Amino acid sequence: MAKVRPKAKKPTLDMTPVVDLAFLLVTFFMLTTNFRPEEPVVVDIPSSVADIKLPEVDIMTITISREGKVFFNVDNKFTRSSLLQKMGEKYKVSFTPEQLETFSNLTTFGVPMNVMPGFLDASKEERKEMTLGIPTDSLNNQLYDWVLNTRLSNPKVRIAIKGDGQAAYPVVKRVVSTLQDQNINRFNLITSLEQEF
Amino acid sequence: MAEIQDSGGGDHGKKGKVRSKKASTHVDMTAMVDLAFLLLTFFLLTTTFNKPQTMEIIMPDKAEKEEDQSEVKESNALTLILGENNRIYWYAGLKDPKVEVTYFGPTKIRKLLVEKRDEVAARGGKNKLTVLIKADEKAKYKNFVDILDEMNINKIPTYAVVDITPQELEMIAKAQTAPASGN
Repeated sequence: MAKVRPKAKKPTLDMTPVVDLAFLLVTFFMLTTNFRPEEPVVVDIPSSVADIKLPEVDIMTITISREGKVFFNVDNKFTRSSLLQKMGEKYKVSFTPEQLETFSNLTTFGVPMNVMPGFLDASKEERKEMTLGIPTDSLNNQLYDWVLNTRLSNPKVRIAIKGDGQAAYPVVKRVVSTLQDQNINRFNLITSLEQEF
Repeated sequence: MAEIQDSGGGDHGKKGKVRSKKASTHVDMTAMVDLAFLLLTFFLLTTTFNKPQTMEIIMPDKAEKEEDQSEVKESNALTLILGENNRIYWYAGLKDPKVEVTYFGPTKIRKLLVEKRDEVAARGGKNKLTVLIKADEKAKYKNFVDILDEMNINKIPTYAVVDITPQELEMIAKAQTAPASGN
């Protein structure tokens, strides 16, 4: 009788549960991710110990770049479309339905109203170059109207200011006083989290 | 990528009939796992989980008439003026002040704030330190955020962001020419 030998088996591992798990995680991350929206300027936000989370909806963001240019963004397509119509009436600029559609799909922008139709007709690449900033000086304060009309279009909107750490204070002051002129005395400054030093 | 396992086919050919080898149904999943984890890693790295943090600030009402404004008790007031190069000019009280210079940092501005806060609180009663924050033209937005942050860190009960006055501009111009302390 030959000795019964355990047959040398090639070690195999059933990978199926691993695959299941991995794809489950992939699906989860794919569904929960929203990609960072494209911004016309890079803003290096200052850090603070504040840890209030910004709500995800009904947010109007005023971005202040390093050079002191002011950009504007508001979420919600419907708000944006009605906002642009109101702004068009105010500044006597008319927009085609296509331009309204383009505007409601955009994110942060920073162009004066007279450039707006050209900005909306421009291609994506051309738009990146158009970073004139929204006028905020007292003679031509378009930011005031943007904020005012956004609040008319969506009364629930909250205001966040996202400024570059190196932006000059007078610009920030001008933005803040533009808000204060509309009796907005409560707003959020977007900061990144730091540890207490 | 199907791998035919050679473990099950040991006793073929003993009987005369040639049979087609039964292919195993096992599929090598390793490559698939690799792919899945690659994707997983990609999404993990590109996801920004954290929503932005914010600092809420409440500004004093602009349109208020002078008689509506709350008086600040002189002994409870501390004025900070943010200047260029991260300087903070400060003086206590409201009249005839002596401007001094300090900087950001735990041993500088924070020590000062804590000292003043405790000094005022030690007087008892309703005394609370009131910090008036002003900023010069050359101040940066970062300085502004940092000083508001210091208020939160040190739990300063009352503070307000107010405009700088021409007298104060003169005062800090003088303090600039004087040798800066702590530098």
